[in-house]
Amino acid sequence: MIKTGLTTIANAVGRSLSIAKTTEQRMREELVRSTDLMRIVLKKLVVSEEVEELVHRMPKKLGDHGYDPWGYHPDTAEIGLAILKKIYDYYFRVEAYGLENIPKNGSAFVISNHSGQLPIDGTLIGTAMATNPHGPRAPRVMIERFFPTVPFVYSFLTQVGAIIGDPINCIKMLENGEIIIVFPEGVRGSGKPYRLRYQLQYMGTGFVRIAVQTKSPIVPVGVVGCEETMPSLGSIDPLARLLAIPYVPVAPPVPLPAKVIINFGEPMYIDGDIDDENEMISKVEQVKVEINKLIQKGKEQRGVRYF
Amino acid sequence: MGKIKKKKVLVTGAGGALAQRVINKLKLRREYEIIGVGFKESTYFDDTITNYRIDFSKRGFEMIFREHKLDAVIHLGRILLYEDTAIRRYNVNVTGTKKIFDLSLKYGVKHVIVLSTFYVYGAHPYNPSLIDEMFPLKASNNSSNLADAVELEYLSSLYMLKYPELQTTILRPCNILGPGVQNSVSALLDRKYVPCLLGFSPIMQFIHVDDLAEAIALTYEMPSPGVYNVVTEDWLPYQKAIIMAGGFPTPIPPFPPSLARQVVRLMNIKEFPDYLLNYYKYPVVLDGSLFKKTFPFNPKYSFSDIFDYYKKQKNLRVF
Repeated sequence: MIKTGLTTIANAVGRSLSIAKTTEQRMREELVRSTDLMRIVLKKLVVSEEVEELVHRMPKKLGDHGYDPWGYHPDTAEIGLAILKKIYDYYFRVEAYGLENIPKNGSAFVISNHSGQLPIDGTLIGTAMATNPHGPRAPRVMIERFFPTVPFVYSFLTQVGAIIGDPINCIKMLENGEIIIVFPEGVRGSGKPYRLRYQLQYMGTGFVRIAVQTKSPIVPVGVVGCEETMPSLGSIDPLARLLAIPYVPVAPPVPLPAKVIINFGEPMYIDGDIDDENEMISKVEQVKVEINKLIQKGKEQRGVRYF
Repeated sequence: MGKIKKKKVLVTGAGGALAQRVINKLKLRREYEIIGVGFKESTYFDDTITNYRIDFSKRGFEMIFREHKLDAVIHLGRILLYEDTAIRRYNVNVTGTKKIFDLSLKYGVKHVIVLSTFYVYGAHPYNPSLIDEMFPLKASNNSSNLADAVELEYLSSLYMLKYPELQTTILRPCNILGPGVQNSVSALLDRKYVPCLLGFSPIMQFIHVDDLAEAIALTYEMPSPGVYNVVTEDWLPYQKAIIMAGGFPTPIPPFPPSLARQVVRLMNIKEFPDYLLNYYKYPVVLDGSLFKKTFPFNPKYSFSDIFDYYKKQKNLRVF
């Protein structure tokens, strides 16, 4: 009697424990699945087959699980590219010329003029490279150093190919056969007022040194139209200092839909003594001359219609 | 019958999962006489391996060097990050290592291998990816709790440079995972609900304990003094790793940082201390190319193999 009773109780306890275990396991699995829900929905909504195919065609060294050491992930890159492609085609109506000059594989430096307060020019050059019919490339961009402290944003940015601007990142990426977009003018270029439009600001020699060191070609780029997306009268410096950001422009609150023209120049293979400051400065000047030519060409192609 | 004199090697931390695998790997090569030392628990290997249970700081420790005329020391014994107070960790890890180096010098040991960790580089928002061995060690900037790991490194480097006859090799592996590993990441991934910071998922690297044991055995057999990062050629964000290990990433508010620290303290998870918070926020990605160039190292375990173990373990437990 007692034995049967005890067996029944033991069985009941065992069964309920096993039910609790399976329920917990299933609940956990469902929770885990829900974490990926947003990405799946976004992918279904925005990513077309064309974009998927483009991202698939990009030459890229990835680990077994689709990530590289800088955090790039093709699934997220597809979503990013799909959204940018719409803005590229319909908002800024970008025209890109000289796309055949972008190396189809191997390392390269894409050096461009910087303008328009926000890094719109970078994203448009990146989109042009990613949708290049001659051979799409996954563009890498160097971004400001405060980004890693911003939740969600940095995670997303690294997965689409951005990384903080650090010489080590730059050199290692080029050694890994990546193509990097760099604006050597930095905030001097993007934050300049509208009266200085299409005037190249000071460029450091860092990018030429790295190009020589890693034997990477430089592709000069001239962007026309981004100056008109956010014409600024100047910067409110005290406020910028207070907010600890480079500048606060007196400009329209949203980017205007100016037509953008991007010209890619022929790759420049630079050689020289990286310790010779004067030689490096002259190489920078060579690149600046090329970019200036491309800007003038773009302005002629645009004509008088800015929007 | 002339007996071939076998090389004698001392492995510290013999109670740990890594040391046991190193010992077993060296044993299978049948060319070495292995002596194990551990101070936590005594482990039984077999009759071919001499095993001692002794504290490094005790006088009797010197007797092991005296009696055995050691050829090499593989120093893996360590109090892990979350296991004890900072002071005790410092005493054992730093002072203990110094004693091992001094004794090695005194008794003519020819090769010393020291196991360091990737934690010494420190998790910082400005960290570039693929950090190489010459990168400054910034872990103490994060917290004094990591000071022992950095000092152990500097101390070992000092001995490496000052006494080239010791042929010191320092290894800095990434996150070590696998059966029996008791470090903080392994303990975290073993949980069903794993804490992480909301909106942060830094890229991480993982190595199977067996692969690392193979790497240590390789460094022992082909002495090449220097400092090396030991990693596998694969990368994964933290939250993705949690999911692959069958856990659910439980988010903690990241802002302001003081609140995040308070929450972590309140949660009181031993393996997720507040001073390691930055390692789950910013990436520390190492460049292992130097090690791959110097040694014929080919990791056998993929991430799927590594995480499947954790997944299975989880589903075996009721609570």
